[in-house]
Amino acid sequence: MTSLKRRLFAILVAATGIIWLVAGAWIYVSSRSELEHVLDTRLQEAAKMVHSLVDGRNLPTANDATGPTLLLPEPSAYERQLSCQIWSLDGHLVARSTGAPAVQLADNVDGYSDRVVAGESWRVYAIEDPVKRVRVMVGDRIGLRQKLVNDLIIGLLAPALLMLPVLGALIWISLGRGLRPLRDMAEDLQQRDAEDMRPLDAGKLPTELRPLAKALNALFDKVEAARRHEREITAFAAHELRTPLAGLKTQTQIARAASDPAVRDHALSQILISVDRTTRLVRQLLALTKLEAESPVVRSASHKAADLLAEIVSTGPPAANIRVEIDPALAEVRLPGPREIWMLALRNVHENAIQHMPDGGVVAWRPTLGATGLMVIDQGPGIPDEELDLVTQRFYRGRNRSPSGTGLGLTIVAIAAQRLGVELELKNRTDRTGLQVAFIIARP
Amino acid sequence: MRVLVVEDDPILLDGIKVGLALGGVTVDGVATCADARAALATSRFDAIVLDLMLPDGSGLDVLGEMRGRADATPVLLLTALDETADRILGLDSGADDYVGKPFDLDELAARVRAVARRHAGRAAPLMLAGAIALDPSTLSVTVAGEPVSLSRREFSVLAALMERPGMVRSKGEIEDRLYGWQEEVESNTVEVHIHNLRNKIGRTAIETVRGLGYRMRSAT
Repeated sequence: MTSLKRRLFAILVAATGIIWLVAGAWIYVSSRSELEHVLDTRLQEAAKMVHSLVDGRNLPTANDATGPTLLLPEPSAYERQLSCQIWSLDGHLVARSTGAPAVQLADNVDGYSDRVVAGESWRVYAIEDPVKRVRVMVGDRIGLRQKLVNDLIIGLLAPALLMLPVLGALIWISLGRGLRPLRDMAEDLQQRDAEDMRPLDAGKLPTELRPLAKALNALFDKVEAARRHEREITAFAAHELRTPLAGLKTQTQIARAASDPAVRDHALSQILISVDRTTRLVRQLLALTKLEAESPVVRSASHKAADLLAEIVSTGPPAANIRVEIDPALAEVRLPGPREIWMLALRNVHENAIQHMPDGGVVAWRPTLGATGLMVIDQGPGIPDEELDLVTQRFYRGRNRSPSGTGLGLTIVAIAAQRLGVELELKNRTDRTGLQVAFIIARP
Repeated sequence: MRVLVVEDDPILLDGIKVGLALGGVTVDGVATCADARAALATSRFDAIVLDLMLPDGSGLDVLGEMRGRADATPVLLLTALDETADRILGLDSGADDYVGKPFDLDELAARVRAVARRHAGRAAPLMLAGAIALDPSTLSVTVAGEPVSLSRREFSVLAALMERPGMVRSKGEIEDRLYGWQEEVESNTVEVHIHNLRNKIGRTAIETVRGLGYRMRSAT
């Protein structure tokens, strides 16, 4: 059920109904046993009273033409309940009350018994007196007893049943009142615009709503942080894209305005370089956005490091005068996780190394110690120690920047490593200038 | 006119250099704050085009240092941050103008001319000396209404002299206006250009002040 109010209402009404039913049943059972006890006692008392009034000496005999004497005046309604018979011990009906059947009500000797006489159930108390030579029987119609019990119960339950709709209405109204803070909160949230991330005032809310408000506030914080992050990235990206665009525009205007073919050719070649660089920047921005949007990966397949590196080297831009060495031992290093993320990470590290290489340099890929990962070692200028922690930030381009760098390469590498669950380690070489970038894979 | 451009993007720097040079401006380009400081320490410029985000610091630092030592060279800020707050901060830090990237090359050149002109204390875009009128925006010169054809170097020499008619310009100052750092300076070029200019705009227009340099004759 989607409505909390209706749900609560149903629960409360059902619970109340069940309680009333149980109470009703209880009242029914206990009233009935109590009533039976009272009626039984009355039977006994009536029997004793009749017995004490009977004079044994002048009992009419079975041969009396008068027949049995009518003991009591004609009663009506409930009054007709009790029936009395007096039998002689030799089996003659001496006397009976009005409405009492002519058939013997009980055949037992003494005490209470239930019996069906002429299609009717009877409760009978019998006293046998050997001295007076009579048997006195007083009986109740059980049907009448039942009617008495039923009337009693109906008398008790009818007002309760009539009150049920009133109670339901009261419950409904109270629920509306009780749930008001929830509605107020919903209205407050409804009236907000998309930008409004102010926290809800948990202090003003009832205790039950506070966890909800706190959870909502935590969510607001997260959404706000994510949005701020996004805004910063967008601003940064816009900023980083504007400079190459300004370069493109300027060079284009020069190409149009220049009358000297040499100047025009130079401008056109600059435009080409700039378009390539801007393309790379956009590609990296898209790769970064995609990488950030992906959920953390489950380690599934694993890939041979040597295979991925061979592909990167063969498909990458040709690097004149730079030698790339791939240690054959890398064939044994397995890289767990999605292939495309590994390719992205390795390619960016590789391009970063190539970009910073002097002519004739060597970029070397090797397994890390213990072969739990892989690393690349270059002979470039390295990264100043104080910048090592900064170079993985977006668009950070340190002092030893390469002219074609975008400031995103190592950011992509760092995020990819995080997604892959491997440790990225950047450090300068100690034997000479150069950077060493290692991916350390924790053993499963 | 000689302008220093401080911009770390090599293609944009190249574009501004070539573009301003097309407008008859001598341009020196540097890519870092450190190089900008070195350039400012050794040369005089008529204007500086300064990028804000540089690899070794902010252009605003360089600007602050300049204004701190009472260097009034006009500065035109060039930046990709073009929020109003950034513009205000830049102008309040002592910049004379502000251009957001990407910009129009002609507009940048016009703004550079404008800040240089205001700095030189001239309000009119045309430089006038007697019957001679020089328009820096179109690189054209007229004498008594008649257009005169000048080479780029001759134009630069004349512009340097006409910026402040009556003031003496040394040969060295004129050379500074003519050549960037990468260019070879020939020892007698200024004399050659002055000679050619006199042939084109009239013998008496430029006066030689012995031992000091040259000046425009202010009144005819």
